[in-house]
Amino acid sequence: MAIFLTKESKVIVQGMTGSEGQKHTRRMLASGTNIVGGVNPRKAGQKVDFDGEEIPVFGSVKEAIEATGADVTVIFVPEKFTKDAVIEAIDAEIPLAVVITEGIAVHDTASFWAYAGAKGNKTRIIGPNCPGLITPGQSNAGIIPSDITKPGRIGLVSKSGTLTYQMMYELRDIGFSSAVGIGGDPIIGTTHIDCLKAFQDDPDTDLIVMIGEIGGDAEERAAAYIKEHVTKPVVGYVAGFTAPEGKTMGHAGAIVSGSSGTAQAKKEALEAAGVKVGKTPSETARLARAALGG
Amino acid sequence: MDLFEYQARDLFAKHGVPVLNGEVIDTPEAAREVTERLGGRVVVKAQVKTGGRGKAGGVKLAGSPEEAVEKATAILGMDIKGHTVHKVMLAQTADIAEEYYVSFLLDRANRTFLAMASVEGGMEIEEVAATKPEALAKVPVDANEGITDAKALEIVKAAKFPAELHAQLVEVLKSLWTVFIEEDALLVEVNPLAQTPEGKILAIDGKVSLDENAAFRQPEHEALEDKDAADPLEAAAKAKGLNYVKLDGEVGIIGNGAGLVMSTLDVVAYAGEKHGAVKPANFLDIGGGASAEVMANGLEIILGDPDVKSVFVNVFGGITACDAVANGIVQALELLKSKGENVTKPLVVRLDGNNAELGRKILTDANHPLIEQVDTMDGAADRAAELAAAK
Repeated sequence: MAIFLTKESKVIVQGMTGSEGQKHTRRMLASGTNIVGGVNPRKAGQKVDFDGEEIPVFGSVKEAIEATGADVTVIFVPEKFTKDAVIEAIDAEIPLAVVITEGIAVHDTASFWAYAGAKGNKTRIIGPNCPGLITPGQSNAGIIPSDITKPGRIGLVSKSGTLTYQMMYELRDIGFSSAVGIGGDPIIGTTHIDCLKAFQDDPDTDLIVMIGEIGGDAEERAAAYIKEHVTKPVVGYVAGFTAPEGKTMGHAGAIVSGSSGTAQAKKEALEAAGVKVGKTPSETARLARAALGG
Repeated sequence: MDLFEYQARDLFAKHGVPVLNGEVIDTPEAAREVTERLGGRVVVKAQVKTGGRGKAGGVKLAGSPEEAVEKATAILGMDIKGHTVHKVMLAQTADIAEEYYVSFLLDRANRTFLAMASVEGGMEIEEVAATKPEALAKVPVDANEGITDAKALEIVKAAKFPAELHAQLVEVLKSLWTVFIEEDALLVEVNPLAQTPEGKILAIDGKVSLDENAAFRQPEHEALEDKDAADPLEAAAKAKGLNYVKLDGEVGIIGNGAGLVMSTLDVVAYAGEKHGAVKPANFLDIGGGASAEVMANGLEIILGDPDVKSVFVNVFGGITACDAVANGIVQALELLKSKGENVTKPLVVRLDGNNAELGRKILTDANHPLIEQVDTMDGAADRAAELAAAK
């Protein structure tokens, strides 16, 4: 099973012919992802060679879907053009769009998110400014390194890329059903709650690890959701206890404003919902092990 | 990026939100001429990016050019909640019958934009929200549909504004929305939005916060940055394209990825509890491709911070290859040495992930007296804190 992404997923890459797109398409192919095409209107009809594997380039997402049956797109298009790329994906009604690009203007994200809603939310959006998602041993849509971990029974959802890698590494012997990097921007498509729901319903996931950070109240809302709807054990981690008020810490959304968005408040909300919260990534990994009885 | 009131006023004026004339000055003497130009009677307002200026004595009425000089002299240089006043705005005065509130902002939770409006203006809106929540109307605004006449009227009615003001307020809201959209703002707030005894609507004070990610299509925004207020190390880091925030501790931090670096700060702070309460000295995310140059730039900034006693380099190689990071550290130290810098602060390095073994070997082979490797994040944080405390 796993969530959102399986070995059956047929993946296209918007921006495959750019340098980032090429680099990561090669890595995704190496980790077993079934990549069926790229999209670039100026290079439609060409093929790109990835170590002997020829991947066709299509003029649009719609054409790529018609020709290949693609159901996932990974977007590496530069930030100025990302909004148009996501809107194209939504118009083509592709079921999953993974937006890797960072540095997108919030008005652009708000605009494509509203557009997705107006079109009936037929496209699940993950990101922007995220590392994507991986179902180890099956498929990898984004930039998460595939060799850190193996297939297993932990589901992971995280705002941060490198903390995702760190946690996958700490728990590499147990392995993961799926790991989803949802991104650290002020507006994101798929949320902690969406992933918690999917992991709760996934028969291959026994434990959920949830990583949050300062800014907004997504963790507090996730805590309320867990209390009501999640029966599987959840272990949490929140980064940014030492972050000063009013300073953006790397991610555009990672900012404590007044008394809102603090790590302490998030930790307390999660603990009140029965989530064990680690003080450090290592302690979080230990809590996850203990929760699995190991 | 939060703007000063006078900058917000300028953007309001540019997009047709009704404001009073005003000019900003940074010397008391300039107040005389400006006050004469504005009609002889002005409000002198401290320009600081914090609330509560009025209570702190940072807003004063002046009935003549002489009095304006006197008030400006008193206010310039004043400290308001840790902010020194470097500029004052002189603004024309208006009689105010009623004070209202309107804003557009990003609603993170609902992933949309939000209009807020209230007939209870003039005080901090958080206070209105806490004490009289029924007096604060909140209306979601679709990012693509924006503020139409109908939407503006919906907001105005939701906030129970007097009927005779509806037509005027609809126009004000449409202009304010133009500021929000055209300037890529995260917040535009008018408080108070005043009604004069003659029934005219005026934006008396405002706040604007701009999205720095939109810089590519907002070339004029760079000039709005308050370069004087920036910490010198933060300014130097920004000039080098580094994502750096100065903090008040002793352990310099370099890492890759915003989440991992935030986590590193926390882990160092916990470790510091055992070592003389040392704390992290900064946030520095060198991001994905950590080249030798980026590492050298980062190390140069951190080693240039006199508060730093030890440095913790914490890298988990995802895309970043640890051998490149290791080479970067070695080359950075050589580069700094060749520039004549005498580096004496110890570096604790933890490398994991992509090509970690290769990276560790490079550092072992380099055998640099200042570099110490520790295998785990917690262990390395403890060692870096211990070294900082020992200095």
